[in-house]
Amino acid sequence: MVNFEIPNFVPALPEIFVLTMACVILIFDLFIKDNDRIVTFVLAIGTLVGAMMLTISLSETGRVLTFNDMFVSDPMGNVLKVFIYLVTAVVFIYSRQYLKQRGLFKGEYFVLGLFGVLGMMVMVSAHSMLTLYMGLELLSLSLYAMVAFQRDSLSATEAAMKYFVLGALASGMLLYGMSMLYGVAGTLDIAGISAVVAQSPNNIILLLGLAFVVVGLAFKLGAVPFHMWVPDVYQGAPTPVTMYIGAAPKIAAFAMVMRLLVEGLGDLHGHWQTMLVVLAILSIVIGNVVAIAQTNLKRMLAYSTISHVGFILLGILAGTENGYSASMFYVVVYALTSMGAFGMIIVLSRAGFEADNIDDFKGLNERSPWLAAMMMILMFSMAGVPPTVGFYAKLSVLQSIVQVDLVWLAVTAVVFSVVGAFYYLRIIKTMYFDKPEDTAKIEAGMDMRIVISLNSLGMLALGIFPAALMQWCIVVM
Amino acid sequence: MESVIFYLFSAVLVASSLAVITVRNPVHAVLFLVLAFFTCAAIWLMMEAEFLAITLVLVYVGAVMVLFLFVVMMLDINISVLREGFVKNAYVGVPVALIVLLELIAVVGRKEFGLEQMPAPVRHAADYSNTKELGRVLYTDYVYAFELAAVVLVVAIIAAIILTMRRRPNTKVQNIGEQVAVRRDDRVRIVKMASEKKNDGSAT
Repeated sequence: MVNFEIPNFVPALPEIFVLTMACVILIFDLFIKDNDRIVTFVLAIGTLVGAMMLTISLSETGRVLTFNDMFVSDPMGNVLKVFIYLVTAVVFIYSRQYLKQRGLFKGEYFVLGLFGVLGMMVMVSAHSMLTLYMGLELLSLSLYAMVAFQRDSLSATEAAMKYFVLGALASGMLLYGMSMLYGVAGTLDIAGISAVVAQSPNNIILLLGLAFVVVGLAFKLGAVPFHMWVPDVYQGAPTPVTMYIGAAPKIAAFAMVMRLLVEGLGDLHGHWQTMLVVLAILSIVIGNVVAIAQTNLKRMLAYSTISHVGFILLGILAGTENGYSASMFYVVVYALTSMGAFGMIIVLSRAGFEADNIDDFKGLNERSPWLAAMMMILMFSMAGVPPTVGFYAKLSVLQSIVQVDLVWLAVTAVVFSVVGAFYYLRIIKTMYFDKPEDTAKIEAGMDMRIVISLNSLGMLALGIFPAALMQWCIVVM
Repeated sequence: MESVIFYLFSAVLVASSLAVITVRNPVHAVLFLVLAFFTCAAIWLMMEAEFLAITLVLVYVGAVMVLFLFVVMMLDINISVLREGFVKNAYVGVPVALIVLLELIAVVGRKEFGLEQMPAPVRHAADYSNTKELGRVLYTDYVYAFELAAVVLVVAIIAAIILTMRRRPNTKVQNIGEQVAVRRDDRVRIVKMASEKKNDGSAT
C-alpha cells in the first residue's frame, strides 16, 4: 500500500514554468524558418520575464519546504533567482547580433541557455545534496554544449573538451565528499546533515567529506589552485557563452556554497574557514598578478574573475551574517559588471573579427567617446574605484572580515587589489591615450548600445545608491 | 556457505579488475571488465540489492560494455604509444598514489567503518521485494530528483544532436520515391537515325 501525499507544487512554479517553456520552445523552434528565428529569441526572453514575475509573486511566502524536503523556497533563493533571470536575459540580448553574424543564431542556443537557468534555479533552491548535484549537472551539461556550440572553431572545441574533463573531475570530487557526508549522516537532507554535524563536530570522516566538498566547490568556482580551466574556457568559448559562464553560474555557485557549507556544515566553520582562507588568498594573489601579463582581454577577464572569486570567498569565510550578505552583494555586482565588460567585446566585434585583444581597444575614445566612457565605468567598477559599485562591494566584504579580526587578510586583499587596478587602468589608458589601429565603423545595433549603456550606468547608479540592493542582501540572510 | 561464495566472487572480482588494467589487448580488457561487472552484480545480489544487480547486468554488461567493445574494435588504438613514458611517470605517480592510499586508509579505516561500527543489517523476509521498495520511493519521495534526472537526459540528447547534426549540401542521397516513380521515358531516349555503312574498321 503506497502512502503518498501530493507535494505542494506552488513554491516550485518558476522551475516548472521554465522547464515547460524550454520544452515548448525546443519543439516550436523546429517549425519556424531561419528568418523568423527572432521569435525563439523573444520567447526565451519572455520565459525569463515570466519566471521573474512568478518568483516575485511567490516571495511573500517566506521559507517553504516541499517535495519531501528536497526543495526549499526562501528569500535568499528568490533574490538570487531574480538576478539569474536578469543576467541571463541580458546575456541573450547581447548574444543576438554576435550569433547572427557568425551563423550561430539557432534555437538550441536559447534552449540550452534556459535549461542552464533551470539547473541554476534547482541549485539555488536545493535542500538535499541529491538535488544540489542534479542542478549542478544540469547546468554543467548545458554549459559544455554551449561552449562547443561553434563547432568549426578549433579553440572552442578544445575549450569545451577541457571544460568537460575538468568539470567531470570536479563533480567526482564533490560526489566523493558528499558520499562521505552521507556515510556519516545517513541522510541527504541538508538540515539532517546539519543536525548530525552539530552532534559530532570532530568526526574525522565528516572532515574528509568536507575537504572533498571544498575541493569540488573550488573547482566549480574557479578558485586557485583549481583554476586551470578558467582562462582557456573563457578565451576559447564564443564570447556570448563566456559572458554567460562568467556571470549567472557564479550566482548559482554562491548559492551552492551557502547551502552546503553554511546551512549544512555550518558547525564545521572553524575547519572550512582555514581552507577558504588559503583558497581566497591564492586566488586574489595569482588572479591579479597573472592578469597583468595578458594581452587577450577575455583571458585577462578570466584571471580577474579568479581574483573576484577570492573576494567572494572572503565574505563567506568570515562566517557572519554580515559576511554572507557582503558576499551576496559582491557576487551580484560582479555578475552584472563582468557582463558589461564582455558585452563591450561583442559591441566592438563584427563578422569575422573578434575584438578580444587589448590592442583592439586602442583609441576607442576617438571612435566612440560614449562607448569608451561606458567601458571606463565598467573597468573602474571592476577595479573598485569609487563612486562605482565595485568599490562598495569590496568595502563591505573587507569590513566583514575586519569584524572577525582577520585584519591581515584584509590588508593582503587590499594590496593585491591595488596591484590589480593596474591592468584595469591600462585598458582605460589604451582607450584614451593611444592611436586607434582599427578604424572600422562600430556595427553594434541600437539595442546593444542601449543595453550596454544601461549596464554601465547601472553600475554607477548602484555605486551612488547601494543601499537598496545591500538592504535586500542583508534582509534575506 | 554464504561467506565461501562471497569470497569466491570477491576473488574473481579483484582478479578481473586487475586484469582490466594489466592486459595488453584492449578487447581482452573490456571482456575482463564485463566479468568484473558480472561478479559485482552477483555480490550485490547477495546483499539483497537484486534490482541494482539486474540493472548492472542489463544496462552495463548488456548495453554499455557491448558498445564499448564495438568502439574498441573500430578504433585501431596503438597501445605502445599510450604506454610511452609509463615508466618515467611511474617514479612520481606510484609514490603519490601510495601516499593517497595510505592517507585514505588512515582516515576511512577500521576505526570508522569497521565491523564494530557498522552492524550487519537485519535480513528481510523472503517476500520482501527490493524492486518494489525502490519503485515506491522513486515516484513518491524522490519524484523531484527523478524528474530532474529526466531533464538532464533531455539536455544530453539535445547537446548530442546539435553537436553532431549538420546539413551537408553535397551529400549524395537516394530518393526512393523518385526512384520508384521513374518511368521508362525519363531514362531511355530512342533516337531515330539512318543506318551507317560498315567501314571496314578503318575509320579513325
